[in-house]
Amino acid sequence: MSTPETAQTLRVVTIDLQGERFALETRHVREILDPGPTTLVPNAPAFLDRLINVRGRVVPLADLRLKLGLAPSDTTIDTRVIVLEVPLEDEAVTVAVLADKVHEVREIALVGMTQTPRFGLRCRPDYVRCIGQLGDDFVIVLDPGPIFAQGRAPDPVPATHS
Amino acid sequence: MAAPDPVETFRHESQELLEQLEQALLDLEHRQGDMELIDSAFRALHTIKGSGAMFGFDAVAAFTHHVENAFDEVRKGKLVASSELVALALAAKDQLRILLERPAEADAAAQAAILAGFHAIVQGGAAAPANVIAPAADGAAAQGWRISIRLARNAMAMGTNPLLLLDELRALGPARVTALADDVPPLEELDPTDCHIAWQVELGAPCTRAAVEEVFMFVIDEMTLELTPLGAAAPPPEATATAPPPTPAATPTAPTQATKSAPPGDSVRVPAGKLDELMDRVGELVIAQSRLRQVAGASHDVQLRAVAEEIERLSLELRDTTMGIRTVPIGQLFGRFRRLVHDLCRDLGKEVELVMQGEETELDKTVIERLNDPLVHLIRNALDHGLERPEERGEKPRRGRLLLSARHAGAQVRVSIREDGRGLDRARIRARAEERGLVAPEQVLTDQEVFQLIFEPGFSTAATVTNLSGRGVGMDVVKRTIEALRGSIEVSSTPGAGTDVTLCLPLTLAIIDGLLVRVGEGRYVIPLTAVEECVELDADAEAGGARCNFLNLRGSLIPFLRLNEVFGTPRDPEKLKKAVIVSAGDQRVGLVVDQVIGDHQTVIKSLSKLHADVEMFSGATILGDGSVALILDIAPLVAFGQAHEERLMTAA
Repeated sequence: MSTPETAQTLRVVTIDLQGERFALETRHVREILDPGPTTLVPNAPAFLDRLINVRGRVVPLADLRLKLGLAPSDTTIDTRVIVLEVPLEDEAVTVAVLADKVHEVREIALVGMTQTPRFGLRCRPDYVRCIGQLGDDFVIVLDPGPIFAQGRAPDPVPATHS
Repeated sequence: MAAPDPVETFRHESQELLEQLEQALLDLEHRQGDMELIDSAFRALHTIKGSGAMFGFDAVAAFTHHVENAFDEVRKGKLVASSELVALALAAKDQLRILLERPAEADAAAQAAILAGFHAIVQGGAAAPANVIAPAADGAAAQGWRISIRLARNAMAMGTNPLLLLDELRALGPARVTALADDVPPLEELDPTDCHIAWQVELGAPCTRAAVEEVFMFVIDEMTLELTPLGAAAPPPEATATAPPPTPAATPTAPTQATKSAPPGDSVRVPAGKLDELMDRVGELVIAQSRLRQVAGASHDVQLRAVAEEIERLSLELRDTTMGIRTVPIGQLFGRFRRLVHDLCRDLGKEVELVMQGEETELDKTVIERLNDPLVHLIRNALDHGLERPEERGEKPRRGRLLLSARHAGAQVRVSIREDGRGLDRARIRARAEERGLVAPEQVLTDQEVFQLIFEPGFSTAATVTNLSGRGVGMDVVKRTIEALRGSIEVSSTPGAGTDVTLCLPLTLAIIDGLLVRVGEGRYVIPLTAVEECVELDADAEAGGARCNFLNLRGSLIPFLRLNEVFGTPRDPEKLKKAVIVSAGDQRVGLVVDQVIGDHQTVIKSLSKLHADVEMFSGATILGDGSVALILDIAPLVAFGQAHEERLMTAA
């Protein structure tokens, strides 16, 4: 693991999920695509029940909104698919996530790097890598590792199972 | 990795040579005096020495030199390939492996002991002057040396520059070089590319014999080199290190180069990664081709159709060829176990005859590589638990029998490990399983089900734990690995007569022929090997709303599953359903689909780790239009269907 803890800024991609602003570190992001046809995986966890074709590779498509306790939303003209490389058990796993909108790649200043507040967050604290400052606002930098590590076990977040 | 690292190539090559050496040595134990085996061992050593020196593995080259010498004596009939010599050579082989892989860890004392052993054998066995450096002359440096050098006639053509050799000698100390032109033929017969001149060098430096010999490291086998300590009256025969004279040496060396790799003909060494890449590309091509076929099929352009057909034929041929490149005979893998069995028998005090069948059976290289660990586990188990000690074997022959076999069966390869030992103790396995709560006491189990219990994690019936097996780790790893290869394990056992563990594996991991079907909105691929037939489901059967039902197929009842219900997808209004009859083992089940689209060449893409817990799908594939289709895993589906059937039977 690199040690961005020592740096005061972090390079992130900012995205919208259900009107809320989140960020993903650019080191996890491989590419950003327009949404294409998806394939349903029957009996898979609801937040991870689709597959897409990324340049000849079959990649699972996750809906982070379900993982973060947000409502799903329809595909719009702004919807994008972000392909991530997530370190899971010493292995980089490729997974795509949906975003309602992708804003920009930028450096953000970090606040509360050492202690993520245990309250005041909508989602589980271990999904949060840190909190960054974006103008006058704060933005949650997500940590995809724990999110997808969770995805392999029974999902504790009440999701809409089919 | 841009250009292949020559040192890495050498390491790879030496691995193979060491394996070849080991095989030869193990065979030699049973067939002493088989010249072919001795030659094979010698050649392996010779090549390791040669290339070792070339790539800077001087320790390897120097060590090998001595071992090779001993085998040279054997080859010349001056020494017998006794079991001590073979044992010593095996130890030397292990030492070589260490020198090659982890030179830092090489144990100098062990190495010296091995060399001393060789020396003793050679000294004791060879009546004629030994071709080994006499330790006295080796250790103590002489005042100087009179060196007479005669290179092989074709030495220069082979790339040796005599001047450089002489310069190297000069570098050792003050040297007086005399050229001996006795053999130079008259000018009209002279071939300028041949080496006609011999040399006599008086080296006035106190250096060791080894130092002098090192100069000729590359050519020592094809030349005559005589070393006489300066000041000594007559050269004592023991101190003369005579490399094989050029004529007899030249003959066996030439075929050495040709037979270095076993299969005749040219071969190219290619990293496995490149083959994987090629396979990926071919996979993409096959996908693009099936897309082209769809486009051409919809068009009325005759020319386009002709080209599409041509490309179809070519790409299928290319696919088969590529798959052929990736397959290797399983004998490569089996060969590695001979040493394992040899060593285990020695450690366990058991007498076992290892028999191998179907070594020529070809299997995907990836599969072969991944089979190694499971087979090691299974062989250890067979030897440790299965086979009895000679005195316990009763009426059976004292010598146990371990059969490793492989054969093709349809699109599968069956690899089996069979021994004639005591057999699995059904009652004990059952008792242990009940103890651990794996089965209920009243549960009725078939033999097959009982034997499958040994693959449960942490399951062991061994009363004593040895350092080999009995800890209950291993068998579950075996099962996991085989399942990851889309294979299955069958166990059969007869008390007192032995156990047979058979691994059923797919021929390739890369491509399958599949039947493309539609269920609701989704498209799925059913492996064609599992498909028996497709039938139309009549309206009566369709009317039944139960999740599992029966189909009357020419008098036999077959349970069927409605895939849309299994998958939890909405029901298609399509009235006319089809049932695809699939089989796994001797069980059949019908899968009800909305539409059978057609056959489809499928490049298997494994599912993400994140979907590891999703059963029923063995992988995914990309269709002609770029969308993804899932490949059905038949075994869990059939099991699901059969379980339903049983439930219905008991309910009735």
